[in-house]
Amino acid sequence: MSNGPLQIKAISGHAGTVPGRDTSRDYDVCKLIDVTTCIGCKACEVACLEWNGYPFRETVFDNTYQTMPDLEWNYYNLIRFDEHVGEDGAFSWLMRKDQCMHCADPGCLRACPADGAIVQYSNGIVDFQQEHCIGCQYCVTGCPFNIPKLNPETKKVHKCTLCSDRVGAGLEPACIKACPTGCLHFGSKEDMVDLAGKRAQQLREHTSHKNAGVYDPAGVGGTHVIYVLHDIEHPEAYGGLPSNPRVPWTVRLWKGPLKWLGNLAMAGGIAGVVMHYLSFGPKEVKEDKP
Amino acid sequence: MIERYTLAERVVHWTSGLTYIYQLLTGLAFYSPHLYWLAILLGGGATSRYWHPLIGLLFTAALFWMFRVWARDMRITALDREWSDAIGHYIRNEDEQLPLADRFNAGQKFFFWVMLFAGTVMLVSGVALWIPEKIPWSLRFLRYTAVLLHVSAALVSIGAFIIHVYMGTAMVRGSFTAIVRGVVPPAWARTHHRLWYNRVARR
Repeated sequence: MSNGPLQIKAISGHAGTVPGRDTSRDYDVCKLIDVTTCIGCKACEVACLEWNGYPFRETVFDNTYQTMPDLEWNYYNLIRFDEHVGEDGAFSWLMRKDQCMHCADPGCLRACPADGAIVQYSNGIVDFQQEHCIGCQYCVTGCPFNIPKLNPETKKVHKCTLCSDRVGAGLEPACIKACPTGCLHFGSKEDMVDLAGKRAQQLREHTSHKNAGVYDPAGVGGTHVIYVLHDIEHPEAYGGLPSNPRVPWTVRLWKGPLKWLGNLAMAGGIAGVVMHYLSFGPKEVKEDKP
Repeated sequence: MIERYTLAERVVHWTSGLTYIYQLLTGLAFYSPHLYWLAILLGGGATSRYWHPLIGLLFTAALFWMFRVWARDMRITALDREWSDAIGHYIRNEDEQLPLADRFNAGQKFFFWVMLFAGTVMLVSGVALWIPEKIPWSLRFLRYTAVLLHVSAALVSIGAFIIHVYMGTAMVRGSFTAIVRGVVPPAWARTHHRLWYNRVARR
């Protein structure tokens, strides 16, 4: 890909690390979210709105720190706050940045009937092309993460683009750039899996989080957004992150065997009636008197 | 000539028929990428997505209206079971070996009930596909079930529809005129619907 030359290596007058320095972005890209170092500041939410040019939308207060109850068509990125009591009675406040996971086997793309409305780039980004979207929301049914959202006015579905427009120009996604704690990382899938694995190992060896692990679910072929979780055994505690996400089997059946069976049956039906006409012909009216 | 279908019956038939054809074409466009051009032909994908559920309501309304009009004539009788056991004769045009048919023969009755059943399944599952954004995440199994039911019922109805159109246009001569103009010659009625003919001829 051509984004190598525009990768930032150093920034003048910049306190802290350079986002994504020394990571390769040559092949499939990946966002790594280390929830153990997220402080819930929501800078990523603001950066996402800013980059995508959306105004801050109306919301409802539901007695949590969460900005709104769910993702919205013009709110791609939401930190989910969950108060969680572990098996040992220890209290923890879980914060997970929720957005499109950019599955390697995207259920949205499988389910979509509109030519060109969803594309998957070779770098792994799954992107919606609203000009081709027909608003049927099959993608909503195909997605195991509850991500795509309909704009009720335009009847087009939107979701996180992983800042494909920025990544295409060699930049990191806006959320990555805004994160002040370094809990967000961006680079090649290989590098991010490696970094995530090291961080999880560090947590297991040096903290009380003995179940720390990397969330990169195999059921959807792996994702291009991966998490480091304190407790990989209970992803549901993080605002309902599914423990084994898969494209729903009814969607796979519908878009797979049922389609071929149906095509065969319809072609067979037409061939059948043609064969009938050739073999037996029409029914004639008998002119006998009653 | 004998009146076979009243004007109201013909209107309800063609309302359901034409709306079904629209549903069939747009539905096939959403069903297969190779048939997506049908949606382009009918005004584009988004337009087809907009009208498909609305025309679907019209189709099922016509279907339920048809049920009101024809439910009595469509009741399956013991004679119909005999008829369907001997359906091989009907297929081979050996009609003289079949039990006599009333206003509708067993095949027509089965077609009616299949379409009514498939139409009802498509209506119920179609609502879930129409407004998936209104279905909460906790009830997502409704959406998962609906996609499968909708396409399955559609395929069943397409099978029945292919046979219906073939028989109504090519196989049973005179039946297309009957459903358009509403009248049939006495010989046609005697040949295909003897019991019905006997009843109406007496009047």
